[in-house]
Amino acid sequence: MAHRTPLYEAHVAAGAKLVDFAGWDMPIDYGSQIAEHKAVRDNVGMFDVSHMAVVDIHGPDARAFLSAVLANDIAKIDDIGRALYTCVLNTRGGVIDDLIVYHLASERYRAVVNAATAEKDLAWLHSQARGRDVEITHREDLAIIAVQGPRARELAGQAMSDETADAARKLKPFEGFATDGISIGRTGYTGEDGYEIVLPGDRAHDLWRRLQDVGVTPVGLGARDTLRLEAGLNLYGQDMDEDRTPLESGLGWTVAFKPAERQFVGRDALEHMRQQGVSHKLVGLVLEGRGVIRAHAAVRAADSDEDDPDAADGEVTSGSFAPTLGCSIALARIPRDWQDTVEVRIRDRWQPARIVKPPFVRHGKSLIEPD
Amino acid sequence: MSDIPKDLSYTKTHEWIGNDGDGTITVGITDYAQSSLGDLVFVELPETGTKVGAGDGVAVVESVKAASDIYAPVDGEIAEINEQLADSPELVNEDPFGQGWLFKMAIDDETALGELLDADAYKGVVDDAED
Repeated sequence: MAHRTPLYEAHVAAGAKLVDFAGWDMPIDYGSQIAEHKAVRDNVGMFDVSHMAVVDIHGPDARAFLSAVLANDIAKIDDIGRALYTCVLNTRGGVIDDLIVYHLASERYRAVVNAATAEKDLAWLHSQARGRDVEITHREDLAIIAVQGPRARELAGQAMSDETADAARKLKPFEGFATDGISIGRTGYTGEDGYEIVLPGDRAHDLWRRLQDVGVTPVGLGARDTLRLEAGLNLYGQDMDEDRTPLESGLGWTVAFKPAERQFVGRDALEHMRQQGVSHKLVGLVLEGRGVIRAHAAVRAADSDEDDPDAADGEVTSGSFAPTLGCSIALARIPRDWQDTVEVRIRDRWQPARIVKPPFVRHGKSLIEPD
Repeated sequence: MSDIPKDLSYTKTHEWIGNDGDGTITVGITDYAQSSLGDLVFVELPETGTKVGAGDGVAVVESVKAASDIYAPVDGEIAEINEQLADSPELVNEDPFGQGWLFKMAIDDETALGELLDADAYKGVVDDAED
């Protein structure tokens, strides 16, 4: 049987359509993916993301360990309460996973990693921690509720104790704190403001119900995917994986090459790739016509010769209809030198698409210039 | 629980067929099909006047999640399409057996309608799909 989160019964009661997601029974939607998407853009929604794994890292060597195992620099969050988005790389520079790490207390960090990769991540972290004084704990006792949308902070505050709500209100983006067994970060995966709340599994149902009582809409993983795509955020396994480096996945900005003396796993491979030149880049696409771009669709240079086998050297990594924009958008990996427009294969036709720089939507507003 | 009106015919591929009684039929997708696909965002319909054979892919409905081919249930000619769906594909979700119809066909041979599934037989198809 698939794993179930502490909120499983609440999802069933709310009429969720449940699907197997990385071995978990998770809600894909509660009736309408588009209505849930819009609830987050226009108002506020909440997601059960308890299938993601919480990993606590603590001990005297915790910082040195994370400095060596993360591609971004843990020194950027030396102040307690800060959070950092980063990749974990293999020695070839490929992405083992992407995660957010919070600096919760002295010598104490908390990482939230993808559900599908949790086992692999834990094995990797344990192997890299050998010989260091650091403890790595998979917190299977914890649940995660993300509250996102322009009214997220206001309404989430109403569902918390006064003291917690007060501390949460003071958070700046990418800050977090821990209190009374829960940790709250002002982070998210939707392009909207909001919190990700990590709390004991046996308290999750109570918070979910209180959030629902103050008017927060339950949102399934279907809308989470269209929201994150509009926000131009990568999905592990689609837009990045172990065979591609962050430099080929639009994540060069998350790799800290300075200071030069910090040795992290994958650094040598990335330095080598930078010297050789990166052949492909990850870009945003906006479909010019009707239809929906899907993952794995072929992409070719605009005005390609039908007989040129090298023309279709690009691939869509994520594609969908964008409810906020009313058209189809995608992330695609294409040769470095392609500019402005491309053609995407949709079913049996090549259709023109415009190259844009993600994100497509931020804080409810379209960032796509009209033609 | 999907709605399966008794007075319509069905295909295994989840089209419904209403006999208009004048040599034409109306075709749409069933409640089960629209619910499985989720929110529809585009409907691509055939041109009127197109000759089609039973089983030919003649239209495409696209939801946020997936694209799905719609097949002609019998031989005939596309007589009319539901123009409203160009701007309002969500009608298929909201009213699959009514305002969300897809196209009408002038049929070559009325006896071909006898080959289609009735509501009970189609319920069996849905029950199997849900198992």
